[in-house]
Amino acid sequence: MMSQALAQDPFIPALYRVGRMHRELPDTVTLEMVPVAGMRPEFAPGQFNMIYVFGVGEVAISVSGDPDSAMLVHTVRNVGAVSGAITRLEPGSTVGIRGPFGSAWPVDEAAGSDVVIVAGGLGLAPVRPAIYHVLANRGKYGRVAILFGSRHPADILYRHELERWRQRLDVQVEVTVDHADADWHGNVGTVPALLARRARGTQFDPHETVAFVCGPEVMMRYTAAALQGAGVPDARIWLSLERNMKCGIGLCGHCQFGPSFVCKDGPVFSFDQIAGFLTMREV
Amino acid sequence: METLERILGEHPFPAGFAPEHLRIVTGCARSHRFDAGQYLVREGAKADEFFLIRHGRVALEVAPPGRLPVLIETVHEGEIVGASWLVPPYRWMFDARAIEMTRAIGIDAACLRGKCDADHDLGYEMMQRFLPVIARRLHATRLQILDVYGRR
Repeated sequence: MMSQALAQDPFIPALYRVGRMHRELPDTVTLEMVPVAGMRPEFAPGQFNMIYVFGVGEVAISVSGDPDSAMLVHTVRNVGAVSGAITRLEPGSTVGIRGPFGSAWPVDEAAGSDVVIVAGGLGLAPVRPAIYHVLANRGKYGRVAILFGSRHPADILYRHELERWRQRLDVQVEVTVDHADADWHGNVGTVPALLARRARGTQFDPHETVAFVCGPEVMMRYTAAALQGAGVPDARIWLSLERNMKCGIGLCGHCQFGPSFVCKDGPVFSFDQIAGFLTMREV
Repeated sequence: METLERILGEHPFPAGFAPEHLRIVTGCARSHRFDAGQYLVREGAKADEFFLIRHGRVALEVAPPGRLPVLIETVHEGEIVGASWLVPPYRWMFDARAIEMTRAIGIDAACLRGKCDADHDLGYEMMQRFLPVIARRLHATRLQILDVYGRR
């Protein structure tokens, strides 16, 4: 399955053609990428690719699509030169892709446990493949909850998909926003508060819970603290970090995080691996 | 009154109260039902009652001049609306509006303040219950102010 270029050299991008594009938010698009030759490589939920816009540069973007789909799907927000160039691509454009790289959400190890997926803002994108996997293999898991936080109702990513998941009877979906206008009938408050509310419920068993957390790092820190407070062991809390990835294979050192390289040892870490480094200012 | 004491006892807020404290608080309590859209409290009004939400959801909102109201938090079943009754000058700092039909237990603030003054053990119990709520909300507010989902 692996493209020939990547099989030979992880520094050589494989060519992909941009297929369908969907504008999720004014600054955020989801792109389907199709390999120009051969099949797309296998990826595990949580892994990322280095996407190369020719003449502009390369950026690390987590895969946001279904692991069982033939497409390679990425959701990209315009926050810089390369990501901005990606959001301005047209269907039919060609990009280079290296990857997939990095560690994955432990979806197989979580089988048999309750799963709480906590995402904030664009952090729903890197965890979406794990959601697809868990829902496609729903019988292997206990209770499943998806808790999502956003800045404002207008900024909710994958809104229709969240609504579709919410309609299922075998998954609990809760959305909260930091602030809203009076016509919003949903929750207002932080994700950790949403989590603490859930933890007060009688159906929450912390020692049988595995948590996948993805979002801005401050949000993840406080979410991890809320999970700890609810009694979830550190080793069962998983976070996806974002750093300045360059080589993607742990050679260049740009993404060093304490003793780890986020590109190679992460981006998905268990909380007990990284808790001591999250609050250090110069890591 | 026995029924109200039972209802109050089922709310998480007085969990662990000594029976005599539960009886005292029940003496200051009454039952409420708010329809969707109805206000529990209005900014600037006397904070003479706070609410334990039994069922439903309440939006805390602030209406800046010339703008539509902004929702700052939603309060849910098992939670509390209002801490302004604890702090002089006992005036609400926000509006609280029922988002859906909401049942609540209202606690008469002057009554409870008087009981806490007379029985410091009860006052300490109340402090132990309100302080974590206030700390949690302060912390949540700080996190909201950080605007973590905004563009960096």
